[in-house]
Amino acid sequence: MAALARLQEKLQRLQEEYFLTYRAIDEERKTKYKAAVRIQRWFRACRVRAYLRHLSKMAILIQKWWRGYLRRKYFREIVERAYFIKKLEFYNEMAVRIQKMWRGYYVRKYIHNFSALKRYLEAVSLNNEFVRSELQEYAEMKENEEKMKDLEKKEEEEKYQARKMHYLLSTAQIPGIYNSPLRKSPDPMELLLRKSKPLTHRKQKMGSSLADELYCWPTCEKPPAFVTTLPLLPAPRQKPQGPFRDPGEVLRQRYKPLEPTLRVRESMNSPPAKAREATGREEWRSPIHDNKEVTVLCPIDFCHFLHITKMLRNMSHQFVTQANMAEKPMEQNISEK
Amino acid sequence: MSLRLAYSAVSGRGCVKISVVCLLRPLLLDVIPSVRQTVALALGRLADHDVEMAEAVVKAGILPQLICLLPEENRYYKKTAAFVLRAIAKHSPQLAQAVVQCGALEMLVVCLEDFDPGVKEGASWTFGYIARHNAELSQAVVDAGAVPLLVLCIQEPEIALKRIAASTLSDISKHSPELAQTVVDAGAIAHLAQMITNPDAKLKRQVLSALSQIAKHSVDLAELVVEAEIFPVVLTCLKDSDEYVKKNGATLIREIAKHTPELSQFIVNSGGVAALIDCIGSCRGTVRLPGIMTLGYVAAHSENLSMAVIVSKGISPLSACLIEEHEDHIKAAAAWALGQIGRHTAEHARHVATANVLPTLLDIFVDTRSSEDLKMKTKKALKNILQKCTYLPALEPLLHDAPPNIMKHVIGQFSKVLPHDSKARRLFVTTGGLKKVQEIKAEPGSLLQEYINTINNCYPEEIVRYYSPGYSEILLERVENYQPVL
Repeated sequence: MAALARLQEKLQRLQEEYFLTYRAIDEERKTKYKAAVRIQRWFRACRVRAYLRHLSKMAILIQKWWRGYLRRKYFREIVERAYFIKKLEFYNEMAVRIQKMWRGYYVRKYIHNFSALKRYLEAVSLNNEFVRSELQEYAEMKENEEKMKDLEKKEEEEKYQARKMHYLLSTAQIPGIYNSPLRKSPDPMELLLRKSKPLTHRKQKMGSSLADELYCWPTCEKPPAFVTTLPLLPAPRQKPQGPFRDPGEVLRQRYKPLEPTLRVRESMNSPPAKAREATGREEWRSPIHDNKEVTVLCPIDFCHFLHITKMLRNMSHQFVTQANMAEKPMEQNISEK
Repeated sequence: MSLRLAYSAVSGRGCVKISVVCLLRPLLLDVIPSVRQTVALALGRLADHDVEMAEAVVKAGILPQLICLLPEENRYYKKTAAFVLRAIAKHSPQLAQAVVQCGALEMLVVCLEDFDPGVKEGASWTFGYIARHNAELSQAVVDAGAVPLLVLCIQEPEIALKRIAASTLSDISKHSPELAQTVVDAGAIAHLAQMITNPDAKLKRQVLSALSQIAKHSVDLAELVVEAEIFPVVLTCLKDSDEYVKKNGATLIREIAKHTPELSQFIVNSGGVAALIDCIGSCRGTVRLPGIMTLGYVAAHSENLSMAVIVSKGISPLSACLIEEHEDHIKAAAAWALGQIGRHTAEHARHVATANVLPTLLDIFVDTRSSEDLKMKTKKALKNILQKCTYLPALEPLLHDAPPNIMKHVIGQFSKVLPHDSKARRLFVTTGGLKKVQEIKAEPGSLLQEYINTINNCYPEEIVRYYSPGYSEILLERVENYQPVL
């Protein structure tokens, strides 16, 4: 109870204190409230700011990481692209080099081959030289030929002149005009005259048709020697009386040349004749028939005898009345043989 | 007697001509063959003498009587009849047409089949004279079947017959490609080619002329001629002593060369160019002309061939031609040929320019006595060469006396070369070229002015001003206006 009494004493003081404190508190409540609000406001603001800061930091962090990631990805692409471009450029350059070399080679070899052109032009000039030299030789050869022809012609002319003037040759007594005694050696013309054969007179032309026919007789290469000296028959003033044949006909018949057979034409010394002669000797030595009388003629004459008889037989029917005349050409033929 | 008439008629030209013909006409049908022959000879000599006589003979209607019984006549009459026909036909195409119309061609073909070479010669000569005039008459000759017989005539041993047959074939084939083809189909080329080696000069003339007339029409014919292996035998003809053989040989090579580059190449390879150049160098006058034209054709085809011509020393004879010859057409041909050689590249133009050709060409161009054709050809040649020429020492002389249209090209070339070559610039100044350029007056805006500006831009301004005309006056004026500083 003491405590109670003390409390009751204190009560008053307590009540006063309570009242005073509560009045003080009441009086401070507003300021305290405002202060508390302020403090809380500030604190909340701090918190919010801290939170915002945090948020922004996080956002930054996220964005940073995201952007970094993006850029790195992009960077890789860039690098790849750059690498690719570098590679392409390198390849391009190499391709340009190859194409450059190839084009140079191709043009130089196929399109405009300068070395081949040079070689061709050299070959052309060589060939030209060759052709020129050949043509030169040909021209010289032609010139020489012409000169030779001219020389020969001149020589022929000189020889002909010498032959014509053969009478100018010097004799033993009289020196000719080209062999003057005052000269040391005879003139070349003199020597030419000595060498040349004198030109005969030109043969007289026989204009009559009779002689022409005689000359052009088909088988006759050379008429018998005496026919050339045969003069033209004098034209008969009057036809001679009597049954005479045409003189031309007569002459033709008379001077018809011999057309000997092959056997007759051969000479005595030709091999077939000798062979025949051999068989003749054989026959003489050992005749097949002993009955036949051996003729007096020796075998060598036998052939002649044969052909003489043949000739006689040929000519007999022509030369019936002129048997005498027929013997003359025969004799001549025999003498020739 | 009739010959005497003929002689008197020929000698006394004024006397009555037609009556002579009428007098002779009944004698043509005389019984004795020698009278007929003499009459024909008289007629031939009359007609040979001049045109009016020939017309009179034709008008009198003698020709059908002359040739009606020709196959049965002897060879002298055939020869004389052929002589009459050709004496008439040679004067003009109308007379030749009259000869053809009276049926002479068949009779002449009969003559060509005769054995006697004189008759064949007369007949082929007549064919030649008929075919010479124009293409229709040639076609008539071909239609009569003369060509195979002529080819047979060529193979005969007599030289005169060969000559005439070759000249007839030449006259037939010169008119058109079809006629030439007919001649070729008859196998003429092989025989003609064999005869090139014959020593007779006149025969070679005719043979070469025939081959060139065949080859000139088309590429195929030219190739056929070449395939007959005429090269290199033809080159010996170019060294012949006869001028006309050389000319015809050069003509043949020209006709072959002008068609295609391959044929020209072939000619160059066989050394034809060298032979031609020697030929040109050794001849004078019109004989040179085909050779010059051949060089021009060969050079025109391609630059390699042009270089081959240059290498074979072709430029010097051509420039010698330009200087020596008096005839305008030969000079024109030489100028054209030089233009063809020089127009390809700078190398070619340099070769042409170093041979000192450009001043000669310029002289000819400026000369008042040259004909229009010559001037035009020279101008073209100059233009072609100048457009490629970069060899400045050769261009210098041209600066001084060229007319404006040539000057333009010369200045153009300078303006192309000077910007790149400093030594050339120095030379240009020292030789007085820059001075000359300043003196040229050109319309502003023209091509010449542009060239001059390009040249002036190559040099510093002081030098250009120094060389401009009237600079000394300007300097003196400045001296006058100068106030000396005391």
